[in-house]
Amino acid sequence: MNIRNQKDFGAGIMYMVIGLFFTFVALQYQMGTPAKMGPGYFPFWLGLLMTALGLLILVKSLSAKAAIEKIPKFDWKIIGMITGSVVLYGILLPTMGFIIAIAVLVFMSASASHEFHWKGTLVNAIVLIVFTYSVFVLGLKLQFPLLPFFLQQ
Amino acid sequence: MDLFANLALGFDTAFTLQNLLYCLIGCVLGTLIGVLPGLGPIATIAMLLPATYALPPIAALIMLAGIYYGSQYGGSTTAILLNIPGETSSVVTAIDGYQMARNGRAGVALFTAGMGSFFAGCVATLVLAAFAAPLSQLAFKFGPAEYFSLMVLGLIGAVVLASGSLVKAIGMIVLGLLMGLIGTDVNSGVSRYAFDIPELSDGIGFVAVAMGVFGFAEIMTNLEKKGEDEGFLNKMTTMIPTKQDVKRMIPSILRGTAIGSILGILPGGGAALAAFGAYSVEKKSSKYSHEFGKGAIEGVAGPESANNAAAQTSFIPLLTLGIPPNAVMALMVGAMTIHNIQPGPQVMTSNPALFWGLIASMWIGNMMLIILNLPLIGMWVQLLKIPYRFMYPAILVFCCIGVYTVNNTVFDVYVTAAFGLIGYLFYKLGCEPPPLLLGFILGPMMEENFRRALLLSRGDFTTFLTRPLSLGLLIAAALLVVIVALPAVKATREAAFVEE
Repeated sequence: MNIRNQKDFGAGIMYMVIGLFFTFVALQYQMGTPAKMGPGYFPFWLGLLMTALGLLILVKSLSAKAAIEKIPKFDWKIIGMITGSVVLYGILLPTMGFIIAIAVLVFMSASASHEFHWKGTLVNAIVLIVFTYSVFVLGLKLQFPLLPFFLQQ
Repeated sequence: MDLFANLALGFDTAFTLQNLLYCLIGCVLGTLIGVLPGLGPIATIAMLLPATYALPPIAALIMLAGIYYGSQYGGSTTAILLNIPGETSSVVTAIDGYQMARNGRAGVALFTAGMGSFFAGCVATLVLAAFAAPLSQLAFKFGPAEYFSLMVLGLIGAVVLASGSLVKAIGMIVLGLLMGLIGTDVNSGVSRYAFDIPELSDGIGFVAVAMGVFGFAEIMTNLEKKGEDEGFLNKMTTMIPTKQDVKRMIPSILRGTAIGSILGILPGGGAALAAFGAYSVEKKSSKYSHEFGKGAIEGVAGPESANNAAAQTSFIPLLTLGIPPNAVMALMVGAMTIHNIQPGPQVMTSNPALFWGLIASMWIGNMMLIILNLPLIGMWVQLLKIPYRFMYPAILVFCCIGVYTVNNTVFDVYVTAAFGLIGYLFYKLGCEPPPLLLGFILGPMMEENFRRALLLSRGDFTTFLTRPLSLGLLIAAALLVVIVALPAVKATREAAFVEE
């Protein structure tokens, strides 16, 4: 079997997996009747619709007339650095506080760029911390854990 | 005349110092993100939503609206000077605008874009004011069946905006609808798809979805395109158009305004669609069609007027029917619900100062934008020199702070990170995310109206077809699918989106 349109093939699989997931989970909820629908009714049929759409895309991607399209390569370093820096921010914010969490976020995410410089990033981090601190904490008075846990009272 | 009394109330509201200030902030921010490529109005509005908690509702909405139509002004600057459209709606402006700039007429192109946007903005504000009242009267006649059919029409309309395959885009809508169902079912109190995670019982935060799919995923894909040249920055030249220029631009501006106003009202319409529509009309109708692609002034005047008119008239379905016609308006629904305003026909009667104040502020905002954009253009051009490696960590910081403050919980930060990954996967598979966001907002509303309609008809599905208004809306939706699937339309649609 020759997959001509890899992008559509992938999208079709993704739609079918998601659609079937929603449909199967919906079976646990009460279906009800059309006149008195239970919580499972709408998601069950919507999930089936999604599965059908996925199947349609999948079949079309295999047809002899489908445009040849490859799925572009994933850049795992960029994915890891950007997503990782955000997750790390989530972990650090409650424990180490606002300033440290943002500094780590800026440094880790900036290192994903092929143009990364220490000095430039340091300046960027300082500017961003001063700016966000004055706007969000002093200006808008939003609540954040500011200091690391060992300095908190 | 009621209209004038209403507008007077609106100007009264909009002309307070506070509201003028937030209007200005919105316009400046809008221009800023319009100029900067790689940061659009969806991500920006999502980022700023939490910051509007502290504001009064009217100030918040004025500011967020300013960001949207302001970005239409700013987007043309980069398109003309750099050949990089700052927004999708300025993709077509880049075609002729950049060529005009290459011919040493950058100033005239910017002037045309600015004046066209301004004129269109003023007219669209009037259209909005005039159409709002009769349309919300119509909305009171709507039952659940009509609302359901209207949402079907709106979602199908949104598909026209997606560039890729029609089926894939419909799939994204359905995925959005399904995601919108996560959380507690309002009718039965059953927690659906939450899997005993307490944070999910209220559903997924739409700020997290929007920021993840639009903000984070865009950063990751932009970073991959390393080493692409910055483009050639054209020099500014005189802004004063010749007599011949004025003669040629006026009819185009008028046509663009009309097309934009109409396409903005249509469900699924919006700035980008209007700009594409206006460009093809100009190209077909112009005496100078041989000049198109080589710097025809009509190719700047038409689309620029159209995208700004549409940006404003797309508020009509939101404010009168409570149905967002595009992803940006879906975010505005979120902004209104944050402030406990249920968007829909009742806003005009229960909260007239807010309704008319918002409309009046758009006119004021257009005045501000023309000043911000024409004399101060040099300042915005300087901004283009900020390298992306400084910009994207800043975007991440604002997103992370913003998403945390929605519920003061880091759970939302993790959800955003997850949606960043999902958005990246969508990009790689060629699935367009805007329909997903629209479906996500409409999901619960759609289920609610579907259930109520069938409850009223005692389970009879033909209720959607026997009620004339509902039938009309469904026929319109079916027609849209047929039109888009027609081979001739399909070809132009693909050609129009090829530059994105």
